Amino acid sequence: MRDNRQIVHIIKEQLRPPSERIPVIRWLKQNLFNSWFNAILTIVSTVLIVIAVFGLLRWALGARWEVIPTNLKLLLVGTYPAEHLWRVWATVYLVSFLLGFSSGSHGGLMRRVSTVVASVSVLLAILPFPWGTRGWLLGIAVVAAVGFGLGHLSKGIRRCKRLEIAAWLLSFPISLVLLNGMEGILPVIKGRTTWGFMLNLIGAVVGIGLSFPIGVLLALGRRSELPAIRWVCTAYIEIIRGVPLISLLFMASIMLQLLLPANVRPDLLIRAMMTITAFSAAYMAENVRGGLQAIPRGQYEAASAVGLNKALATILIILPQALRLVIPAIVGQFIALFMDTTLFGFIAILELLNITRSIMGNIEWRGTIFELYVFIGIAFWILCYSMSYVSRRIEKTLGVGER
Amino acid sequence: MSKKVASSQSIPFWRDIRVLRVVSQILFLIVIAAGIWWLLNNLQTNLKACGLKISFGFLKNTAGFPISEGLRYDPTDVNGYAFWVGIVNTIRVAVIGIVLATVIGVVVGVARLSSNWLVKKLAGIYVEVIRNIPLLVQLFFWYFAVMLTALPMVKNSISLPGSIYLTRRGVYMPWATVTESFSTWIFYVIGGLALAIIVYVLRRMQLKRTERPGFPIIWATTVLILTLVAGWFITPGNPLALSVPVLGRFNFEGGLWLSTSFTALLIGLSVYTGAFIAEIVRAGITAVSKGQTEAAKAIGLKNMLILRLVILPQALRVIIPPLASQYLNLTKNSSLAILIGYYDLMNVGTTIFNQTGRAVEMILLIMASYLTMSLLTSLLMNYYNRRMKLVER
Repeated sequence: MRDNRQIVHIIKEQLRPPSERIPVIRWLKQNLFNSWFNAILTIVSTVLIVIAVFGLLRWALGARWEVIPTNLKLLLVGTYPAEHLWRVWATVYLVSFLLGFSSGSHGGLMRRVSTVVASVSVLLAILPFPWGTRGWLLGIAVVAAVGFGLGHLSKGIRRCKRLEIAAWLLSFPISLVLLNGMEGILPVIKGRTTWGFMLNLIGAVVGIGLSFPIGVLLALGRRSELPAIRWVCTAYIEIIRGVPLISLLFMASIMLQLLLPANVRPDLLIRAMMTITAFSAAYMAENVRGGLQAIPRGQYEAASAVGLNKALATILIILPQALRLVIPAIVGQFIALFMDTTLFGFIAILELLNITRSIMGNIEWRGTIFELYVFIGIAFWILCYSMSYVSRRIEKTLGVGER
Repeated sequence: MSKKVASSQSIPFWRDIRVLRVVSQILFLIVIAAGIWWLLNNLQTNLKACGLKISFGFLKNTAGFPISEGLRYDPTDVNGYAFWVGIVNTIRVAVIGIVLATVIGVVVGVARLSSNWLVKKLAGIYVEVIRNIPLLVQLFFWYFAVMLTALPMVKNSISLPGSIYLTRRGVYMPWATVTESFSTWIFYVIGGLALAIIVYVLRRMQLKRTERPGFPIIWATTVLILTLVAGWFITPGNPLALSVPVLGRFNFEGGLWLSTSFTALLIGLSVYTGAFIAEIVRAGITAVSKGQTEAAKAIGLKNMLILRLVILPQALRVIIPPLASQYLNLTKNSSLAILIGYYDLMNVGTTIFNQTGRAVEMILLIMASYLTMSLLTSLLMNYYNRRMKLVER
């Protein structure tokens, strides 16, 4: 018996698989030059890459990058008065505190996100910004760390979970009040259509936040058994999805005041938000409908078998499962909405893209058009790419498609 | 006790599901109708206050504004015709954009699955970069930065092989122009088409009768080309002449002129949509199981043939539905033209609104146009989809 084992052991030793490491040349041969066609492709694309990288480097080294830091405040928060800037920071702190808290109590993806936020803020604080800004930036990491600590402590307490969800939900109105101000609490800040990049963020968050419940209702309506409700919802969804956002914005800018009574005159930003919510709700409804369709019939039948009526079955059984399935699609929708906020410029709202044109019009910054567009592109790219990365991670952790 | 049982046998109407369904629907419709009525009522009061009345009569008035490209148009033409010019411009940029985006998408999508590491990574970078930057930023980049800043003036234009000139005023390229003998040759074109259709139908019937696979379209095209070539030589003088752009005193003359905004819009839309189509193509190809490729390899097909004969026919079924929605997106996104000054239907529509102050009518017209286009595209795609669908037992 023992002998046999020894022999097996020896054979295993001798027959160990060859090492996985592939020499560089063999890797090149396998991946780049495995046929004459691939060899040509490799050479052509190498030449293209070299040309592109050299061109980019030469341009980037000669570019007038000082246009970005000089106008950074204008780009990010537009005409937001400097003495009220603390309110913007407070909003950022609120969100990063909540992020930290959630990461402390959940871990996983949340922890990674808040770690990235904190480390990015520390990294930014190293850059040569004015000292005040650096202090604020470092504060983000500190607040996130405090939140993390508190969240970690709260792990055992049962009621904290509800508190956390409530805090996240409350953070939307609190942020809006902080940023905009409210009669009697905080002074209202005038000229809220000229807040630069902040408007893109607010537009996306408000749009997705408001369109989500409407979208769920529309999706349920479209699958309703009652034909009247189904037809109305389907018509709404299909009409909105059939026209471009810009035509809806055009409608909001010139026709909305005709449809409302004479004493109701919402300002441009409100109108833009209404439009983007109405627009996004139709797409959201289609996403949610996708999730609803993926729920097998058995779930409905089981729900009614245990005596739940239609409404309860939908709320307690169907929606939680369906919404979980469509989280990635909703994140994708959020990204699309965020990118669509650049269209606000069409109705004379000075969001990032539109406020940039005022810098380009400045004689001092003539010819910095490439620098500015590259900056905008990078800013959007980083945010959108990291969001889609997060959504892919969520997809993995939720195990969508593995059920 | 027995009394209670008896009363529960006939359900009261407020708990009868059949009654409830009808009542709830009627209530819902009443609420919706009341909302719409309220909006329309407001509209009427507001319009009355402005002294306006909804009518489409303004479409017969003289437009009075210039449109620099598209169909032959004069500022003295009527508003309705100007709007039509806008619609045609939208269709023009959408159709060419769809073709270009499809080419880009297919090439990049296949490249993402290439066995060549470098090509695969490059294609991946392209897709990830383009998809995560707003389309409008890209359009502004192409229009303001590339077309209007980076390109040279007409005098020192960049010339590409084949007499294509890139300038700050747009792109000039050679184009075929109609000569006098074209009117004779057009008969050959019509005749050729008719002949091709006849050949197609006959060949198809024959194939069907003999129950053999084949490509009747190849026969038809051959017949058409032969007729066209024969007509070309029989007709005295060439029916089409190549017009090459030549630098005149101030500008290029002859050839085809693509305006800066059209070029920027076309590049922006096709590059952007191409990235999305690439992902769709990739997903479609990976949806075909690996065994199919291996089986094709086993019977000795070469890579290109495997792609053409085995993978693509199966992948197309997965690809077409999302592709259709991308085409629709491209068409809808072409409305961003208004922000870079291309005269599409959105731009002409808003211009007419600025001239006439007809808000409601113009919005209705614009939305109806886009809805019609969306509807037509999706009908076409559904038809194609049905034809391509797997015929199951």
